[in-house]
Order: sequence, then structure tokens, then C-alpha cells
Amino acid sequence: MNFKFFPHTEDDIRSMLNTCGEQKLEDLYKDIPEELVFKREYALPDALSEVEVRRFFDDLGSYNMPLTCFVGAGCYDHYSPSVVNDILRRSEFLTSYTPYQAEISQGTLQYIFEYQSMMAELTGMEVSNASMYDGCTATAEAMMMAVANAKKRNKVLISDTVNPIVIRVVETYAKFHGVEVVRIAAENGVTSRADFEAKIAQDDVAGVIVATPNFYGILEDYTGWADLCHEHKALFIMNCVASALGVIKTPAEWDADIAVGDGQSLGIPMNFGGPYVGFLCTSKKLIRKMPGRIVGATTDADGKRTFVLTLQAREQHIRREKATSNICSNESLMALYVTIYMSLMGKQGLRDVNELGYSGAHYLAEQLCATGKFEMAYPDKPFLNEFAIKTTLNVDDVQSQCLCAGIQAGLKIADDTLLMCVTEARSKAEIDALVEQVQQLIDEEEN
Amino acid sequence: MNNTYYGKLIFELSKEGRCGYSLPKNELDNYKMSALPANLMRYEAPCLPEVDELTVVRHYTNMSNNNFGVDTGFYPLGSCTMKYNPKINEDMAAHRDFTCLHPLQDVDTVQGALEVYYNLQTSLAELSGLKEFTLNPFAGAHGELTGLMVMRSYHASRGDDKRTKVIVPDSAHGTNPASAAVCGLDVVVVKSRPDGTVDVDDLRPLLDDTIAGMMMTNPNTLGIFEHNIAEIAKLVHDCGGLMYYDGANLNPMLGVCRPGDLGFDIMHINLHKTFSTPHGGGGPGSGPVGVREGLEQFLPNPRVVRHEEEDGHHYTIENNDNSLGFISGFLGNFAVVMRAYTYILTLGHENVKNVGPLATLNANYVKESLKDCFELPLTGVCKHEFVFDGLKDKSTGVTTLDVAKRLLDYGFHAPTIYFPLLFHEALMIEPTENESKETLDSFIEVMRKIAKEAKEQPEMVKTAPHCTPVRRLDDTQAALKPIVTYRELVNQE
Repeated sequence: MNFKFFPHTEDDIRSMLNTCGEQKLEDLYKDIPEELVFKREYALPDALSEVEVRRFFDDLGSYNMPLTCFVGAGCYDHYSPSVVNDILRRSEFLTSYTPYQAEISQGTLQYIFEYQSMMAELTGMEVSNASMYDGCTATAEAMMMAVANAKKRNKVLISDTVNPIVIRVVETYAKFHGVEVVRIAAENGVTSRADFEAKIAQDDVAGVIVATPNFYGILEDYTGWADLCHEHKALFIMNCVASALGVIKTPAEWDADIAVGDGQSLGIPMNFGGPYVGFLCTSKKLIRKMPGRIVGATTDADGKRTFVLTLQAREQHIRREKATSNICSNESLMALYVTIYMSLMGKQGLRDVNELGYSGAHYLAEQLCATGKFEMAYPDKPFLNEFAIKTTLNVDDVQSQCLCAGIQAGLKIADDTLLMCVTEARSKAEIDALVEQVQQLIDEEEN
Repeated sequence: MNNTYYGKLIFELSKEGRCGYSLPKNELDNYKMSALPANLMRYEAPCLPEVDELTVVRHYTNMSNNNFGVDTGFYPLGSCTMKYNPKINEDMAAHRDFTCLHPLQDVDTVQGALEVYYNLQTSLAELSGLKEFTLNPFAGAHGELTGLMVMRSYHASRGDDKRTKVIVPDSAHGTNPASAAVCGLDVVVVKSRPDGTVDVDDLRPLLDDTIAGMMMTNPNTLGIFEHNIAEIAKLVHDCGGLMYYDGANLNPMLGVCRPGDLGFDIMHINLHKTFSTPHGGGGPGSGPVGVREGLEQFLPNPRVVRHEEEDGHHYTIENNDNSLGFISGFLGNFAVVMRAYTYILTLGHENVKNVGPLATLNANYVKESLKDCFELPLTGVCKHEFVFDGLKDKSTGVTTLDVAKRLLDYGFHAPTIYFPLLFHEALMIEPTENESKETLDSFIEVMRKIAKEAKEQPEMVKTAPHCTPVRRLDDTQAALKPIVTYRELVNQE
């Protein structure tokens, strides 16, 4: 039993068993039928010391290849200031549970309140919950919220320009939740207005989900969409890239009812897919239909301003099968992550991040087109820092050529199309290096 | 503890013109965002704080001082398994060779990450006696939902579409019925017997061809092992249903029983409980889902698959057509997977098996040491946790809530209170295997002291806490007139 996480000495065990009126540890399991007890050794590795654990991960790490990343598609390589990680490791935040005991959890409760405030600012919406798992599940929750709100309708429209990774999660939840998901067609990289109008006119739609920027990085013009949704008693739901909301027209400005998305772009490391943080913001009117935890301000017995989990009557531990959602653990620590990030960046920092991404992406697009082998997939459409580009070269050749130079040259989204993304973490030299690899490939092919 | 700054929000430390970041100079500033159509841009910048770096650091450091974590002190929160979160886990989760990976980058460049993922899948399968795991679910409740989706996919694959109901014990975690509802299943509640276990006689008449399956946790939320589990599993299987194991209470089973050997077909595991990853104030967690042989094909996409090759092995990320679909953007909370696998490597087979027995010893020790002061509704051995029904002496008017709040004054986190719902004054205590006899003794001493205070100075206990950064909160006010953003707060003041 001599192990660093077990404080029990032989004497301790003996004396504690004695208090329990038992002889040996096995006696504590005497209520378990003998045939159900696991009797062999687990087929697991031998215990490793810390130095061996480190060596193990160093060795395995060498089978990963850190790349200069030009992929977005739902996960963005933004820079995260040192402050954020440093504070995140404070064990008072890291090792605490959900703040049920408010008197000793004001740290968690206060940062969630700040997070909600900042997400409300960023989306322009009135209220935010304490966080969701990721952008995909947040969108699925918004879909279920729309159906619950509409009561007798169970159809939701989703644009084909929403990230397919989001769509497939929404469709999975819908299949089991008894919701019919109907796609709105895309035309030239944007959602078809005509298709939307035809489908919403059937008056059986609970909610409409669109994206900004959309999957192709395009800023779509949603003028009049919310009005049309509301005319037909559907909620207008926008899936957004959090970082972009620092500069682009907000869901509130588009008159959306629910804003959802992933907060990963607010400096969270890519971490091979998680943890990130989903956000869900809405109007005050819909707050009691919102899933997840919410922190509110109140006072304590001394009249001091304090924060507490509120509107819990919506939640699973009170309402069980009638709850607005089954979510309980969310991504609290990642909410702290983006809260500290936004505290450091402020509105100007977010603007600067977007400006740098814009410049880099437009430069890269121009450079690639200048090779003569590339053209924009949707040439007349405005984009921020992500774009789809077609090539007459073999896309796989382009990607493997760049990979040899340690560059991930976008994501292949069609046989002849790459989705490319540039953040402030990419320097001009790195962009030039990508273009140089492409040029080399062209030169080789031409010789 | 410096609470000078208590209560100030970051917004209140803001001053126009301050800045807390640095970014590279724009070498490409001839490409300007102002070229974008104005009608697609924000009219008004978000009202975010403007603060310098040190102010941000102090603000959040001071804020953390108003929090209580496992590293601060004993955290006997029932059903939450607040075990020690080893520091080496954090170092490994922050390993740069893993954190820098984009989830969509070329699969040949992420073989190390996929091996960690695959190894944890197989370790969990061995520990639970099931065939295969997915690590995609983000939390326990998400795992439940995923598991129920597997259950429905299995019945659907057999063309058995009558099965729309799932049985849940009345003592179950609230997430069980909520997950069932999200998954489109109707909940049927089965009663508990006076000893806290499922009433098999109440269960029998519920079983027919409309039952998709049954959700159970074992030991249950009262910390009692469901000794009839084999019979229950047989009854459910005989009617064509599947058994779902809610892994929230898996900790005492390590080294003792495996859910797969108890007759369960599908389960989730909370890595943030049993496998020592930090709770983070409410996430990120991870809720891997395991299934018995024959159900693997229904697990969510994408899947990590290992291929044996002549010169070694190779991992791929694959999608299966029979799968229930997608429940996450990528492969779940990978950094949490890194922590859990670090924990398993650190414990090894020789220490994992002692986790359950020591956690169980600690719980029984506390129970036996306090049962003369607190009402113990169920006697006999418990597993990792147990429930008191408030103070033994109810004449003082001191409630479970008061006891919980008074504990905070003594530097302990409170147990889970008013759950399970079977007892009015439930006080659910779970000390994990990491707690020493000395820590438990000091907790026992304080609990006895509070019982004494309840008799001698009941008012003092009823108005606790007295020594915490803030006093008891008015949660009615918070719910009646919710103020959930800084903007609302300012408007209201």
C-alpha cells in the first residue's frame, strides 16, 4: 500500500477497520456476491515514477509533428498570453467543484459572472449561460431550445454554409430528440435566400440556424432574415466564431434570438480538439428556457454584493426529466480562460487580432492567386481571415509538399478546394514559406 | 488571505487607454479590414475592460483566494469523488508536443496523440470489463446521453422501434432522467426498498417490450451495493432491454468489481471523478462511454482505430456508417484524456486495485465514527459514500443546510446536501482514498462539535458561516430578479 497517493499506514488500516468492526479490507465488500468480485490482476502496465512518466510522453510526443498551421474550420491557432495559463493552474480554481457552496466559491462564481458579461458584450445579446461543452453541442442545445420554445413545431432549418462538423452534431441530437432538420441550400458560398424564404413560409419551423462568418469564412448578409423568422414564429439562431465577433456585425445587431458558437478562438490552445468552451447567449425573454448553469448577482447577510448560481429550477438536479437540458458539468475552467483572455485583450486587442488575421489572409490569398494556379472559390464574397481557394494543382500534392516543410496548408474541402486560415500567430515569413512550397511544386511540375 | 479586492469586477478596474496585451507589428498593413463592407461590421465595439497585465494578474489571483479547492482542504462532496488531482497530470496535459496539435491536421503527424487516446480506451475497457470505449463525450451527462443513443441505435438496428422507455431508480442522479428526455426516451421510475436498493418486485411489472433499458449506478447514490444486480440484469435482458451503468460511483469498484462482469452493457466513466482529472469549478470533464461486444459499431464517430503493420502499428481516425452519429466536434476533451492516462500510468495495476478498498475504508470509518450524533438511516457497510438524514437530535431546529454552512467556518467543504431525495435532511459524505486518518479525524471532531453547538448555540449554527469571505447569500432575490451581466448590474444601480 506504500504509494504516494495513499496515506494509509498498516496501523491506520487496522485501527480504522477496528472502528468499523471489521477484520480486513475484504470484509468491507462482504455484501457483494462472491461470483461478481474481480479476482485477477488488471492487465495494465506497471506503475511508473514521475521521471518515467515524463519520458513516456516525451517519447510519444516525438510521434507528433508540430506544424505551422493554416487550418481553421472550427479550431484556430491564436496566441494565448502567458498570464492565462499561469492563472488557470491556480489550484483554487482548478481543483474546486461546481460552486454549490457560494460562501467559499466566490472566485468561481465571480469569474462566471464576468464571463457571462463579456460573452453578452461580444455577441451583443442580453444574457449568457455559464458555458456549454463546445460550439457543436451549444448549437444542438439551441436547436432543442427552439423546439421547446415553439411547443408544437419540431422542424429546424440549418444552412449548408454552417460548418459541417457542427451540422452533423446537430443532426445527431435531432435524430434522437425527435427533431426534423432541413438544410437550406448554399449558392456561391452563401445561404440561398430563395430556399430560406420558401422553407420558412411553410409556417412549421421552430428555428433557423445560420453561421457568421460561415464555414467558408464568408461574412454573409442576413439583412431581413430575423424579421422573416419572427414573422413565421421561428427563432433566429446564429453560430459564430467568437474572436471574429470583436469586429463583425453581432448576432444582436442581426436581431438574432440565440447566439452560439465555440469560444476556442479566444486564445484557447488547439489541444488536438479539446477542451474548448461552447457559448450560448440569448435574450432576457428566453432566459428561463436556456440550458446550463447561470450565475446571478445578489447580496449576502451583511448586504455585500455576491454571486450565486441562479434559476436552478430549470436544471436537471431539480427538474429531472423536465429540465431544459441534461448538462451539468460544463467547461467552467475554459470559461475562465476566455475571460482572462478578453480582460487582457480588451476591445482594441480583439480588433488588432482580427486586423492581423485579415491582412495575413488577404495577402496569402493574393500570393496564391498570383501563382496562376489558384483562384478564389467565391471571388466576390467578403471574408475576414479564412477563405476557400480552388487550385488546378493536385490538392494532395500541395498539402504533402507543404507538410514536408512543416506546414499544414489548409483543409481539403473538395477535390480542388482548400480552406485556408491565417491568424495573428502567423508571420509574413511563414506565409511566404507556404507560397514558396507551392511555387516549388509548380516549378517541379513545369520542368 | 487578501480579500481587499473582494467583490470588485474586472470591469470596475478598467480605465480607458490601458492595455494588457502585445501583438506583432502588422507587416502587411496595406491590407486593411476597413475594406470590408460597413454593413457587415459591428456598429459599436464590445464593452470589454481596459486593464494592464499586473491588474489582471492581481484581480484573478485575489479572486482565487475566495475559492476552495481540493488543494485547500478536505472536500467530502458526495457523488463527486473529489480526489487529489496530481500535479504531474497538469504538466503532461500541458506538454507542448500535444497541445499544439490541430484536430484536423494530417493523421500521420498526430500518431503520438492517437496512441494516448487509444491506450486510454483500452485501459478503461480492461478496468470496466467492456469491449470498447469512445472518449468523445465531454462530461458525465454527455456520456449518459451518448450511451442512451447507443441503446436506441441498437434497438433501431434490429427494427425494434417500440422501445421508447427507460427505467431509472428513484434514487438516481438527476442527470439520468434528464439525459433520457434529451435522448427522446420516456422515464419510468422504479422504487427503492427500505434498505436503499432497487425493489425487484416493483421492477418486474415494469418490464415489457417497450423498455429500451435500465440505468443504474452501483453502488447506488446511497453508497449501497445493489446486491441483486445479477438478477436485475437478467430480468432486463430477458425482456430485451440493455443495462446502462452510470459511472459516477465507479471509484469504490476499482480493484473489486467490473461493471461488465455485473451484467452491464453500456456505461460512462467520469474521468474527473475516478481518474483524478480536476473538476475545474464545473468542467472541463470527460465522460468516456464503453460498450459490450456487439455494440461497438454504434459508438459515436469519429473513432480512433489501431492497425497492426509489419513494421509496427499505425492509427487512423475513422467514421463508421452504423454509428449513432457525432456528439462532439472532434475527439472530445483531449487534454483531459492526457491527464487520466498519466494517472493510470502513475498508479499501474499494482495501485489501481487499492483505490476502491481504501476509499471504502475511509467512508465506513467516518460513518461509524459519527453515527451516534447524526441520523444513519441505513446501517451495514457502505461503499465510497454514505448518507446521514441530518442531526440525530432534530429538536434544535438546526438543519442539514446549517450544518453544511457551519463546516465552512471550520475550513472544510460541505458534503452534498439534500440529495438523494429519499431523505429530507440528506447529508451525503464521500471521503476519497487520498485522505489520511488524521484528516478524517479532524473532520469527525468538527462534525461532533457542530452537533454539540446545535444543542448549545443553535442560533450561531443557523446563521453560519461566520468566517468565510462572504456570509450566507440571498438566493431567492437572485432568482426573482435575475441580474446576470455587468451591464444589468450597472443599470440596476
